[in-house]
Amino acid sequence: MSETKRETLPLKNSNDVVLARQKVRQWATELRFTLVDQTKLVTAASELARNALDHGKGGSMTIEQVGAGGRVGLKLHFEDHGPGIPDVELALKDGFTTGSGMGLGLGGSKRLVNEFSIESAPGKGTRITVIRWK
Amino acid sequence: MSDLADIISRNEQQIRSEWIGDLHQTVQRSDLMSKAEMEEQCSALLSAVTEAVRSSGSEDVMTAGWRQTREYLEEISASRARQGFTATEVATFVLSLKRPLFSAIRRDMGKTQDRMFDTIWTATELLDRLALLTTDAYLAAREELISRQQQELLELSTPVVKLWEGILALPIIGTLDSARTQVVMENLLQTVVATNSKYAIIDITGVPTVDTLVAQHLLKTITAARLMGAECIISGVRPQIAQTIVHLGINLEDVTTRARLSDAFALALQMSGRTVVRQNASAAGSKVVLAGPLAKQEG
Amino acid sequence: MERIPVLRMGTLLLITIQVDMHDKLALQLQDDVTSRIAEWGSTGVLIDISSLEIVDSFIGRMLANIAAMSRVLGAETIVVGMQPAVAITLVELGMSLPGVRTALSVEAGMELLYGAGAGFRTGSEHERDEA
Repeated sequence: MSETKRETLPLKNSNDVVLARQKVRQWATELRFTLVDQTKLVTAASELARNALDHGKGGSMTIEQVGAGGRVGLKLHFEDHGPGIPDVELALKDGFTTGSGMGLGLGGSKRLVNEFSIESAPGKGTRITVIRWK
Repeated sequence: MSDLADIISRNEQQIRSEWIGDLHQTVQRSDLMSKAEMEEQCSALLSAVTEAVRSSGSEDVMTAGWRQTREYLEEISASRARQGFTATEVATFVLSLKRPLFSAIRRDMGKTQDRMFDTIWTATELLDRLALLTTDAYLAAREELISRQQQELLELSTPVVKLWEGILALPIIGTLDSARTQVVMENLLQTVVATNSKYAIIDITGVPTVDTLVAQHLLKTITAARLMGAECIISGVRPQIAQTIVHLGINLEDVTTRARLSDAFALALQMSGRTVVRQNASAAGSKVVLAGPLAKQEG
Repeated sequence: MERIPVLRMGTLLLITIQVDMHDKLALQLQDDVTSRIAEWGSTGVLIDISSLEIVDSFIGRMLANIAAMSRVLGAETIVVGMQPAVAITLVELGMSLPGVRTALSVEAGMELLYGAGAGFRTGSEHERDEA
Protein backbone atom coordinates (compact mmCIF):
# COMPACT_ATOMS: atom_id res chain seq x y z
CA MET A 1 0.00 0.00 0.00
CA SER A 2 3.00 2.33 0.26
CA GLU A 3 5.79 3.12 -2.06
CA THR A 4 8.71 0.77 -1.74
CA LYS A 5 10.75 1.83 1.28
CA ARG A 6 14.15 0.36 1.69
CA GLU A 7 17.36 1.22 3.51
CA THR A 8 20.82 -0.32 3.41
CA LEU A 9 23.41 -0.13 6.19
CA PRO A 10 27.03 -1.22 6.13
CA LEU A 11 28.28 -3.83 8.61
CA LYS A 12 31.96 -3.03 8.93
CA ASN A 13 32.58 -2.91 12.67
CA SER A 14 30.93 -3.78 15.96
CA ASN A 15 29.37 -0.34 16.23
CA ASP A 16 27.57 -0.97 12.95
CA VAL A 17 25.93 -3.98 14.58
CA VAL A 18 24.51 -1.70 17.27
CA LEU A 19 23.32 0.76 14.65
CA ALA A 20 21.73 -2.06 12.67
CA ARG A 21 19.81 -3.17 15.78
CA GLN A 22 18.58 0.32 16.44
CA LYS A 23 17.54 0.82 12.85
CA VAL A 24 15.51 -2.39 12.81
CA ARG A 25 13.95 -1.39 16.11
CA GLN A 26 13.01 1.97 14.63
CA TRP A 27 11.33 0.43 11.58
CA ALA A 28 9.52 -2.17 13.68
CA THR A 29 8.24 0.49 16.04
CA GLU A 30 6.95 2.59 13.17
CA LEU A 31 5.08 -0.41 11.83
CA ARG A 32 3.74 -1.02 15.32
CA PHE A 33 4.90 -4.57 15.79
CA THR A 34 4.15 -5.97 19.25
CA LEU A 35 6.96 -5.70 21.78
CA VAL A 36 7.73 -9.41 21.71
CA ASP A 37 7.76 -9.55 17.91
CA GLN A 38 10.03 -6.49 17.84
CA THR A 39 12.40 -8.07 20.32
CA LYS A 40 12.56 -11.28 18.32
CA LEU A 41 13.25 -9.47 15.07
CA VAL A 42 15.84 -7.10 16.50
CA THR A 43 17.60 -10.00 18.22
CA ALA A 44 17.64 -12.00 14.99
CA ALA A 45 19.04 -8.93 13.20
CA SER A 46 21.75 -8.65 15.84
CA GLU A 47 22.72 -12.31 15.41
CA LEU A 48 22.80 -12.17 11.64
CA ALA A 49 24.58 -8.82 11.50
CA ARG A 50 27.22 -10.09 13.84
CA ASN A 51 27.63 -13.24 11.77
CA ALA A 52 28.13 -11.17 8.64
CA LEU A 53 30.80 -9.20 10.46
CA ASP A 54 32.59 -11.96 12.34
CA HIS A 55 32.40 -14.82 9.85
CA GLY A 56 31.69 -12.93 6.68
CA LYS A 57 34.40 -10.34 7.15
CA GLY A 58 31.89 -7.54 6.86
CA GLY A 59 28.96 -6.84 4.60
CA SER A 60 25.64 -5.05 4.63
CA MET A 61 22.06 -5.23 5.83
CA THR A 62 19.05 -4.01 3.87
CA ILE A 63 15.69 -3.33 5.51
CA GLU A 64 12.52 -3.25 3.48
CA GLN A 65 8.86 -3.05 4.29
CA VAL A 66 6.89 -5.78 2.53
CA GLY A 67 3.35 -6.89 2.18
CA ALA A 68 0.15 -5.71 0.63
CA GLY A 69 -3.52 -6.06 1.30
CA GLY A 70 -3.92 -7.17 4.89
CA ARG A 71 -0.37 -8.19 5.66
CA VAL A 72 2.53 -6.02 6.66
CA GLY A 73 6.03 -7.24 7.38
CA LEU A 74 9.68 -6.34 7.57
CA LYS A 75 12.24 -8.00 5.36
CA LEU A 76 15.92 -8.01 6.32
CA HIS A 77 18.59 -9.01 3.86
CA PHE A 78 22.15 -9.73 5.02
CA GLU A 79 24.95 -10.02 2.57
CA ASP A 80 28.66 -10.63 2.95
CA HIS A 81 31.51 -11.55 0.66
CA GLY A 82 33.32 -13.71 3.13
CA PRO A 83 34.47 -17.31 2.85
CA GLY A 84 30.92 -18.69 2.69
CA ILE A 85 29.44 -21.62 4.60
CA PRO A 86 30.55 -25.06 3.42
CA ASP A 87 27.68 -27.01 4.98
CA VAL A 88 24.57 -24.91 5.28
CA GLU A 89 22.44 -27.69 6.75
CA LEU A 90 24.92 -28.26 9.53
CA ALA A 91 25.04 -24.54 10.24
CA LEU A 92 21.30 -24.51 10.71
CA LYS A 93 21.45 -27.16 13.41
CA ASP A 94 21.41 -26.05 17.01
CA GLY A 95 24.64 -26.24 18.90
CA PHE A 96 26.75 -25.69 15.86
CA THR A 97 29.45 -23.09 16.24
CA THR A 98 32.80 -22.27 14.80
CA GLY A 99 33.62 -19.85 17.57
CA SER A 100 33.88 -20.66 21.23
CA GLY A 101 31.05 -20.70 23.69
CA MET A 102 27.32 -21.06 23.29
CA GLY A 103 27.23 -20.68 19.57
CA LEU A 104 23.86 -21.64 18.24
CA GLY A 105 24.44 -21.34 14.56
CA LEU A 106 21.68 -20.00 12.42
CA GLY A 107 18.99 -22.34 13.71
CA GLY A 108 18.24 -19.99 16.57
CA SER A 109 17.76 -16.94 14.36
CA LYS A 110 15.55 -18.99 12.06
CA ARG A 111 13.13 -19.61 14.90
CA LEU A 112 12.81 -15.91 15.61
CA VAL A 113 11.42 -15.04 12.19
CA ASN A 114 8.55 -16.24 10.01
CA GLU A 115 10.48 -16.72 6.78
CA PHE A 116 14.15 -17.56 6.41
CA SER A 117 16.20 -18.24 3.31
CA ILE A 118 19.93 -18.67 2.94
CA GLU A 119 22.31 -18.94 0.04
CA SER A 120 25.96 -19.66 0.63
CA ALA A 121 28.87 -21.60 -0.78
CA PRO A 122 32.62 -21.67 -0.13
CA GLY A 123 34.23 -18.70 -1.79
CA LYS A 124 30.89 -17.24 -2.76
CA GLY A 125 29.93 -15.32 0.36
CA THR A 126 26.60 -15.57 2.16
CA ARG A 127 23.19 -14.08 1.55
CA ILE A 128 20.44 -14.43 4.14
CA THR A 129 16.92 -13.04 3.88
CA VAL A 130 14.41 -13.09 6.71
CA ILE A 131 10.88 -11.79 7.06
CA ARG A 132 8.83 -11.13 10.17
CA TRP A 133 5.14 -10.48 9.61
CA LYS A 134 3.19 -8.25 11.90
CA MET B 1 -1.67 10.91 -21.18
CA SER B 2 -2.20 14.62 -21.00
CA ASP B 3 -5.36 14.03 -23.03
CA LEU B 4 -6.97 12.49 -19.99
CA ALA B 5 -5.77 15.20 -17.64
CA ASP B 6 -7.07 17.91 -19.95
CA ILE B 7 -10.44 16.29 -20.42
CA ILE B 8 -10.95 15.90 -16.70
CA SER B 9 -9.98 19.50 -15.95
CA ARG B 10 -12.13 20.95 -18.70
CA ASN B 11 -15.14 18.93 -17.61
CA GLU B 12 -14.55 18.68 -13.89
CA GLN B 13 -17.77 20.37 -12.85
CA GLN B 14 -19.97 18.25 -15.07
CA ILE B 15 -18.18 15.00 -14.28
CA ARG B 16 -18.56 15.66 -10.60
CA SER B 17 -22.25 16.43 -10.67
CA GLU B 18 -23.03 13.44 -12.92
CA TRP B 19 -20.99 11.19 -10.64
CA ILE B 20 -22.80 12.38 -7.55
CA GLY B 21 -26.11 11.97 -9.35
CA ASP B 22 -25.29 8.36 -10.27
CA LEU B 23 -24.14 7.60 -6.74
CA HIS B 24 -27.38 8.81 -5.25
CA GLN B 25 -29.16 6.30 -7.49
CA THR B 26 -26.99 3.30 -6.73
CA VAL B 27 -25.09 3.53 -3.48
CA GLN B 28 -27.38 5.57 -1.32
CA ARG B 29 -26.87 4.19 2.19
CA SER B 30 -28.21 7.36 3.65
CA ASP B 31 -28.39 5.38 6.85
CA LEU B 32 -24.62 5.37 7.01
CA MET B 33 -23.55 8.59 5.37
CA SER B 34 -25.13 11.97 4.71
CA LYS B 35 -25.50 13.39 1.19
CA ALA B 36 -23.28 16.31 2.07
CA GLU B 37 -20.53 14.04 3.28
CA MET B 38 -20.69 11.86 0.17
CA GLU B 39 -20.57 14.93 -2.10
CA GLU B 40 -17.61 16.28 -0.22
CA GLN B 41 -15.73 13.02 -0.68
CA CYS B 42 -16.47 13.04 -4.40
CA SER B 43 -15.12 16.55 -4.80
CA ALA B 44 -12.00 15.85 -2.85
CA LEU B 45 -11.28 12.62 -4.68
CA LEU B 46 -11.87 14.10 -8.13
CA SER B 47 -9.50 17.02 -7.49
CA ALA B 48 -6.86 14.66 -6.13
CA VAL B 49 -7.14 12.38 -9.16
CA THR B 50 -7.03 15.30 -11.59
CA GLU B 51 -3.91 16.65 -9.98
CA ALA B 52 -2.24 13.24 -9.88
CA VAL B 53 -2.99 12.42 -13.53
CA ARG B 54 -1.61 15.77 -14.56
CA SER B 55 1.59 15.53 -12.55
CA SER B 56 2.41 11.82 -12.72
CA GLY B 57 0.42 10.25 -15.51
CA SER B 58 -2.01 7.39 -15.00
CA GLU B 59 0.22 4.37 -15.62
CA ASP B 60 1.52 3.72 -12.15
CA VAL B 61 -0.59 4.67 -9.15
CA MET B 62 2.14 3.63 -6.74
CA THR B 63 4.39 6.59 -7.53
CA ALA B 64 4.91 9.54 -5.23
CA GLY B 65 2.60 11.82 -7.21
CA TRP B 66 -0.33 9.55 -6.42
CA ARG B 67 0.34 9.38 -2.73
CA GLN B 68 -2.27 11.89 -1.70
CA THR B 69 -4.95 10.13 -3.74
CA ARG B 70 -3.95 6.72 -2.36
CA GLU B 71 -4.00 7.88 1.21
CA TYR B 72 -7.34 9.54 0.74
CA LEU B 73 -8.80 6.39 -0.84
CA GLU B 74 -7.39 4.20 1.93
CA GLU B 75 -8.87 6.50 4.51
CA ILE B 76 -12.31 6.49 2.91
CA SER B 77 -12.28 2.71 2.48
CA ALA B 78 -11.16 1.97 6.01
CA SER B 79 -13.71 4.30 7.51
CA ARG B 80 -16.51 2.86 5.36
CA ALA B 81 -15.44 -0.63 6.33
CA ARG B 82 -15.77 0.34 9.95
CA GLN B 83 -19.10 2.00 9.32
CA GLY B 84 -20.56 -1.15 7.80
CA PHE B 85 -20.51 -0.54 4.04
CA THR B 86 -19.98 -3.68 1.94
CA ALA B 87 -16.84 -4.15 -0.16
CA THR B 88 -18.96 -3.78 -3.32
CA GLU B 89 -20.36 -0.49 -2.15
CA VAL B 90 -16.90 0.85 -1.50
CA ALA B 91 -15.52 -0.22 -4.90
CA THR B 92 -18.65 1.05 -6.68
CA PHE B 93 -17.91 4.47 -5.28
CA VAL B 94 -14.81 4.61 -7.48
CA LEU B 95 -16.10 2.61 -10.44
CA SER B 96 -19.17 4.74 -10.90
CA LEU B 97 -16.84 7.54 -11.95
CA LYS B 98 -16.47 5.69 -15.26
CA ARG B 99 -19.75 6.67 -16.87
CA PRO B 100 -19.44 10.44 -16.40
CA LEU B 101 -15.77 10.29 -17.34
CA PHE B 102 -16.36 8.28 -20.50
CA SER B 103 -19.21 10.63 -21.46
CA ALA B 104 -16.86 13.57 -21.16
CA ILE B 105 -14.28 11.79 -23.28
CA ARG B 106 -16.84 11.05 -25.99
CA ARG B 107 -18.07 14.64 -25.97
CA ASP B 108 -14.58 15.98 -26.40
CA MET B 109 -13.10 13.39 -28.69
CA GLY B 110 -16.08 11.84 -30.48
CA LYS B 111 -14.65 12.84 -33.86
CA THR B 112 -11.32 11.10 -33.47
CA GLN B 113 -12.22 7.50 -32.78
CA ASP B 114 -8.75 6.04 -32.25
CA ARG B 115 -7.70 8.68 -29.80
CA MET B 116 -11.03 8.37 -28.06
CA PHE B 117 -10.65 4.62 -27.70
CA ASP B 118 -7.12 4.98 -26.30
CA THR B 119 -8.17 7.61 -23.82
CA ILE B 120 -11.17 5.57 -22.69
CA TRP B 121 -8.96 2.56 -22.25
CA THR B 122 -6.44 4.56 -20.20
CA ALA B 123 -9.25 5.92 -18.07
CA THR B 124 -10.79 2.51 -17.42
CA GLU B 125 -7.46 1.00 -16.44
CA LEU B 126 -6.83 3.83 -14.04
CA LEU B 127 -10.19 3.57 -12.36
CA ASP B 128 -9.90 -0.21 -12.06
CA ARG B 129 -6.60 0.15 -10.26
CA LEU B 130 -7.99 2.72 -7.90
CA ALA B 131 -11.04 0.56 -7.21
CA LEU B 132 -8.83 -2.40 -6.36
CA LEU B 133 -6.87 -0.21 -3.98
CA THR B 134 -10.07 0.51 -2.13
CA THR B 135 -10.82 -3.21 -1.88
CA ASP B 136 -7.41 -3.90 -0.39
CA ALA B 137 -7.80 -1.11 2.12
CA TYR B 138 -11.27 -2.33 2.98
CA LEU B 139 -10.05 -5.86 3.63
CA ALA B 140 -7.16 -4.62 5.69
CA ALA B 141 -9.48 -2.62 7.89
CA ARG B 142 -11.80 -5.60 8.45
CA GLU B 143 -8.91 -7.90 9.26
CA GLU B 144 -7.51 -5.46 11.74
CA LEU B 145 -10.87 -5.33 13.48
CA ILE B 146 -11.13 -9.11 13.58
CA SER B 147 -7.64 -9.63 14.87
CA ARG B 148 -8.13 -7.02 17.55
CA GLN B 149 -11.24 -8.80 18.71
CA GLN B 150 -9.43 -12.11 18.65
CA GLN B 151 -6.67 -10.64 20.76
CA GLU B 152 -9.11 -9.36 23.32
CA LEU B 153 -10.81 -12.76 23.48
CA LEU B 154 -7.49 -14.46 24.02
CA GLU B 155 -6.51 -12.12 26.79
CA LEU B 156 -9.82 -12.43 28.56
CA SER B 157 -9.71 -16.18 28.58
CA THR B 158 -6.48 -16.50 30.54
CA PRO B 159 -6.51 -14.17 33.54
CA VAL B 160 -3.58 -14.25 35.92
CA VAL B 161 -4.63 -14.36 39.55
CA LYS B 162 -2.62 -13.41 42.61
CA LEU B 163 -3.04 -16.11 45.25
CA TRP B 164 -0.68 -14.65 47.81
CA GLU B 165 2.24 -12.34 48.12
CA GLY B 166 4.63 -13.57 45.48
CA ILE B 167 2.44 -16.46 44.29
CA LEU B 168 0.42 -16.30 41.07
CA ALA B 169 -2.04 -18.73 39.52
CA LEU B 170 -2.85 -19.08 35.85
CA PRO B 171 -5.90 -21.29 35.27
CA ILE B 172 -6.04 -22.26 31.62
CA ILE B 173 -9.33 -23.29 30.09
CA GLY B 174 -9.56 -24.72 26.60
CA THR B 175 -7.07 -25.77 23.98
CA LEU B 176 -3.58 -24.38 23.93
CA ASP B 177 -2.46 -23.56 20.43
CA SER B 178 0.50 -21.56 19.26
CA ALA B 179 -1.19 -18.18 19.17
CA ARG B 180 -2.82 -18.66 22.53
CA THR B 181 0.35 -19.82 24.21
CA GLN B 182 2.12 -16.65 23.09
CA VAL B 183 -0.52 -14.55 24.75
CA VAL B 184 -0.57 -16.73 27.84
CA MET B 185 3.21 -16.60 28.16
CA GLU B 186 3.46 -12.87 27.74
CA ASN B 187 0.63 -12.20 30.13
CA LEU B 188 2.05 -14.47 32.81
CA LEU B 189 5.58 -13.12 32.56
CA GLN B 190 4.45 -9.51 32.61
CA THR B 191 2.38 -10.19 35.71
CA VAL B 192 5.34 -11.93 37.32
CA VAL B 193 7.38 -8.76 36.90
CA ALA B 194 4.59 -6.40 37.87
CA THR B 195 3.76 -8.27 41.09
CA ASN B 196 7.32 -9.42 41.82
CA SER B 197 6.04 -12.98 42.18
CA LYS B 198 8.59 -15.72 42.36
CA TYR B 199 6.08 -18.54 42.04
CA ALA B 200 3.55 -19.14 39.29
CA ILE B 201 1.10 -22.03 39.30
CA ILE B 202 -0.11 -23.02 35.85
CA ASP B 203 -3.30 -24.99 36.26
CA ILE B 204 -4.30 -27.15 33.33
CA THR B 205 -7.43 -28.75 34.75
CA GLY B 206 -9.36 -27.11 31.92
CA VAL B 207 -7.06 -28.20 29.14
CA PRO B 208 -8.64 -31.19 27.41
CA THR B 209 -5.60 -32.71 25.74
CA VAL B 210 -1.89 -32.45 26.15
CA ASP B 211 0.07 -33.48 23.12
CA THR B 212 3.73 -32.95 22.39
CA LEU B 213 3.04 -29.50 20.99
CA VAL B 214 1.15 -28.31 24.05
CA ALA B 215 3.82 -29.78 26.29
CA GLN B 216 6.43 -27.87 24.29
CA HIS B 217 4.49 -24.67 24.74
CA LEU B 218 4.23 -25.19 28.47
CA LEU B 219 7.91 -25.99 28.73
CA LYS B 220 8.80 -22.79 26.88
CA THR B 221 6.75 -20.78 29.34
CA ILE B 222 8.42 -22.45 32.28
CA THR B 223 11.90 -21.95 30.83
CA ALA B 224 11.24 -18.28 30.17
CA ALA B 225 9.95 -17.76 33.71
CA ARG B 226 12.99 -19.54 35.11
CA LEU B 227 15.29 -17.35 33.06
CA MET B 228 13.71 -14.36 34.71
CA GLY B 229 14.09 -15.77 38.20
CA ALA B 230 10.65 -17.23 38.82
CA GLU B 231 9.54 -20.83 39.32
CA CYS B 232 6.53 -22.50 37.77
CA ILE B 233 4.48 -25.35 39.14
CA ILE B 234 2.05 -27.19 36.91
CA SER B 235 -1.15 -28.34 38.57
CA GLY B 236 -4.41 -29.90 37.50
CA VAL B 237 -2.72 -32.81 35.82
CA ARG B 238 -5.45 -35.36 35.37
CA PRO B 239 -4.67 -39.09 35.44
CA GLN B 240 -5.28 -39.44 31.69
CA ILE B 241 -2.93 -36.57 30.98
CA ALA B 242 -0.28 -38.12 33.20
CA GLN B 243 -0.57 -41.31 31.17
CA THR B 244 -0.42 -39.46 27.86
CA ILE B 245 2.68 -37.60 28.96
CA VAL B 246 4.45 -40.82 29.84
CA HIS B 247 3.33 -42.60 26.66
CA LEU B 248 4.51 -39.72 24.49
CA GLY B 249 7.84 -39.78 26.24
CA ILE B 250 7.61 -36.11 27.13
CA ASN B 251 10.39 -35.22 29.50
CA LEU B 252 9.14 -33.31 32.50
CA GLU B 253 12.10 -34.00 34.73
CA ASP B 254 12.84 -30.38 35.37
CA VAL B 255 9.25 -29.49 35.98
CA THR B 256 7.41 -29.56 39.27
CA THR B 257 3.91 -30.91 38.90
CA ARG B 258 0.98 -31.55 41.21
CA ALA B 259 -2.43 -33.14 40.69
CA ARG B 260 -4.44 -30.39 42.33
CA LEU B 261 -4.19 -26.62 42.48
CA SER B 262 -4.43 -26.74 46.26
CA ASP B 263 -1.41 -29.02 46.44
CA ALA B 264 0.50 -26.67 44.22
CA PHE B 265 -0.48 -23.71 46.38
CA ALA B 266 0.64 -25.50 49.53
CA LEU B 267 3.93 -26.28 47.85
CA ALA B 268 4.45 -22.70 46.74
CA LEU B 269 3.77 -21.47 50.26
CA GLN B 270 6.28 -23.92 51.58
CA MET B 271 8.90 -23.05 48.98
CA SER B 272 8.55 -19.40 49.84
CA GLY B 273 9.23 -20.18 53.48
CA ARG B 274 5.74 -19.79 54.87
CA THR B 275 3.67 -21.56 57.43
CA VAL B 276 -0.09 -21.52 57.76
CA VAL B 277 -1.27 -21.53 61.36
CA ARG B 278 -4.77 -22.26 62.54
CA GLN B 279 -5.79 -20.36 65.62
CA ASN B 280 -8.16 -22.06 68.03
CA ALA B 281 -10.29 -20.12 70.48
CA SER B 282 -9.96 -22.98 72.96
CA ALA B 283 -6.98 -23.50 75.20
CA ALA B 284 -5.82 -26.37 72.99
CA GLY B 285 -3.74 -23.77 71.24
CA SER B 286 -3.02 -23.30 67.60
CA LYS B 287 -2.24 -26.00 65.17
CA VAL B 288 0.30 -25.82 62.44
CA VAL B 289 -1.29 -26.65 59.10
CA LEU B 290 1.80 -26.86 57.05
CA ALA B 291 5.39 -26.41 57.99
CA GLY B 292 7.99 -24.52 56.09
CA PRO B 293 11.66 -24.12 56.85
CA LEU B 294 10.91 -21.35 59.33
CA ALA B 295 8.04 -23.13 61.05
CA LYS B 296 7.40 -22.64 64.69
CA GLN B 297 5.20 -25.02 66.59
CA GLU B 298 3.01 -23.75 69.35
CA GLY B 299 0.58 -25.10 71.85
CA MET C 1 36.37 5.02 26.11
CA GLU C 2 33.06 4.77 27.88
CA ARG C 3 32.69 1.95 30.32
CA ILE C 4 29.88 0.39 32.24
CA PRO C 5 30.33 1.45 35.87
CA VAL C 6 30.95 -1.24 38.48
CA LEU C 7 29.79 -0.10 41.91
CA ARG C 8 30.90 -1.50 45.20
CA MET C 9 28.60 -2.08 48.15
CA GLY C 10 30.61 -3.85 50.79
CA THR C 11 31.32 -7.33 49.44
CA LEU C 12 28.85 -6.85 46.63
CA LEU C 13 29.54 -5.57 43.13
CA LEU C 14 26.56 -3.88 41.49
CA ILE C 15 26.43 -3.43 37.74
CA THR C 16 23.53 -1.77 35.95
CA ILE C 17 23.56 -2.17 32.17
CA GLN C 18 21.59 0.62 30.59
CA VAL C 19 23.12 1.07 27.18
CA ASP C 20 22.94 -0.87 23.98
CA MET C 21 26.38 -2.47 24.25
CA HIS C 22 28.74 -2.97 21.40
CA ASP C 23 31.14 -5.89 21.59
CA LYS C 24 34.16 -3.97 22.90
CA LEU C 25 32.11 -2.52 25.74
CA ALA C 26 30.94 -5.99 26.71
CA LEU C 27 34.48 -7.38 26.72
CA GLN C 28 35.64 -4.39 28.76
CA LEU C 29 32.96 -5.16 31.32
CA GLN C 30 34.13 -8.75 31.65
CA ASP C 31 37.66 -7.48 32.33
CA ASP C 32 36.51 -4.86 34.80
CA VAL C 33 34.42 -7.28 36.85
CA THR C 34 37.20 -9.80 37.22
CA SER C 35 39.73 -7.10 38.13
CA ARG C 36 37.45 -5.64 40.77
CA ILE C 37 36.69 -8.98 42.36
CA ALA C 38 40.38 -9.61 42.68
CA GLU C 39 41.05 -6.07 43.93
CA TRP C 40 38.25 -5.82 46.48
CA GLY C 41 37.72 -9.47 47.36
CA SER C 42 34.04 -9.27 46.45
CA THR C 43 31.92 -12.33 47.07
CA GLY C 44 28.81 -11.30 45.18
CA VAL C 45 28.10 -9.82 41.75
CA LEU C 46 24.68 -8.42 40.89
CA ILE C 47 24.02 -7.55 37.25
CA ASP C 48 20.86 -5.54 36.66
CA ILE C 49 19.60 -5.97 33.10
CA SER C 50 16.15 -4.48 33.63
CA SER C 51 16.93 -1.81 31.04
CA LEU C 52 18.23 -4.22 28.43
CA GLU C 53 15.70 -4.66 25.68
CA ILE C 54 17.84 -6.99 23.62
CA VAL C 55 19.95 -9.89 24.79
CA ASP C 56 21.44 -11.76 21.85
CA SER C 57 23.79 -14.73 21.94
CA PHE C 58 26.84 -12.49 22.36
CA ILE C 59 25.45 -10.73 25.41
CA GLY C 60 24.22 -14.07 26.71
CA ARG C 61 27.72 -15.47 26.40
CA MET C 62 29.08 -12.41 28.17
CA LEU C 63 26.75 -12.97 31.11
CA ALA C 64 27.64 -16.65 31.28
CA ASN C 65 31.35 -15.80 31.10
CA ILE C 66 31.11 -13.27 33.90
CA ALA C 67 29.30 -15.83 36.05
CA ALA C 68 31.88 -18.52 35.34
CA MET C 69 34.92 -16.29 35.83
CA SER C 70 33.54 -14.81 39.02
CA ARG C 71 32.89 -18.26 40.41
CA VAL C 72 36.49 -19.22 39.83
CA LEU C 73 37.48 -16.12 41.75
CA GLY C 74 35.17 -17.06 44.60
CA ALA C 75 32.20 -14.81 43.85
CA GLU C 76 28.61 -15.69 43.05
CA THR C 77 26.80 -13.89 40.24
CA ILE C 78 23.09 -13.15 39.99
CA VAL C 79 21.46 -11.56 36.96
CA VAL C 80 18.30 -9.63 37.79
CA GLY C 81 15.46 -7.86 36.06
CA MET C 82 15.28 -9.75 32.78
CA GLN C 83 12.41 -8.35 30.72
CA PRO C 84 9.66 -10.79 29.66
CA ALA C 85 10.17 -10.13 25.93
CA VAL C 86 13.87 -10.87 26.37
CA ALA C 87 13.17 -14.12 28.23
CA ILE C 88 10.72 -15.27 25.58
CA THR C 89 13.22 -14.49 22.83
CA LEU C 90 16.07 -16.27 24.58
CA VAL C 91 13.94 -19.38 24.92
CA GLU C 92 13.09 -19.27 21.22
CA LEU C 93 16.75 -18.71 20.41
CA GLY C 94 17.56 -21.82 22.44
CA MET C 95 19.78 -20.04 24.96
CA SER C 96 19.60 -21.42 28.47
CA LEU C 97 22.37 -19.32 30.07
CA PRO C 98 23.90 -22.26 31.93
CA GLY C 99 25.52 -21.41 35.21
CA VAL C 100 23.74 -18.08 35.46
CA ARG C 101 21.44 -17.66 38.44
CA THR C 102 18.65 -15.15 38.08
CA ALA C 103 16.24 -13.22 40.25
CA LEU C 104 13.34 -10.91 39.65
CA SER C 105 14.73 -7.85 41.36
CA VAL C 106 17.79 -6.44 43.07
CA GLU C 107 16.25 -7.24 46.47
CA ALA C 108 15.51 -10.80 45.47
CA GLY C 109 19.04 -11.09 44.11
CA MET C 110 20.55 -9.88 47.37
CA GLU C 111 18.43 -12.34 49.31
CA LEU C 112 19.79 -15.13 47.15
CA LEU C 113 23.34 -13.99 47.75
CA TYR C 114 23.21 -13.17 51.43
CA GLY C 115 20.14 -14.91 52.78
CA ALA C 116 16.69 -13.75 53.83
CA GLY C 117 16.54 -10.29 55.31
CA ALA C 118 19.46 -9.04 53.27
CA GLY C 119 17.20 -7.05 51.01
CA PHE C 120 14.56 -4.58 52.11
CA ARG C 121 11.40 -6.07 53.56
CA THR C 122 8.49 -5.08 51.38
CA GLY C 123 5.29 -4.89 53.38
CA SER C 124 3.00 -7.83 52.81
CA GLU C 125 -0.70 -7.09 52.70
CA HIS C 126 -1.79 -10.55 53.72
CA GLU C 127 0.64 -11.52 56.38
CA ARG C 128 1.43 -10.57 59.86
CA ASP C 129 4.95 -11.16 61.03
CA GLU C 130 5.34 -13.05 64.24
CA ALA C 131 7.58 -11.54 66.78
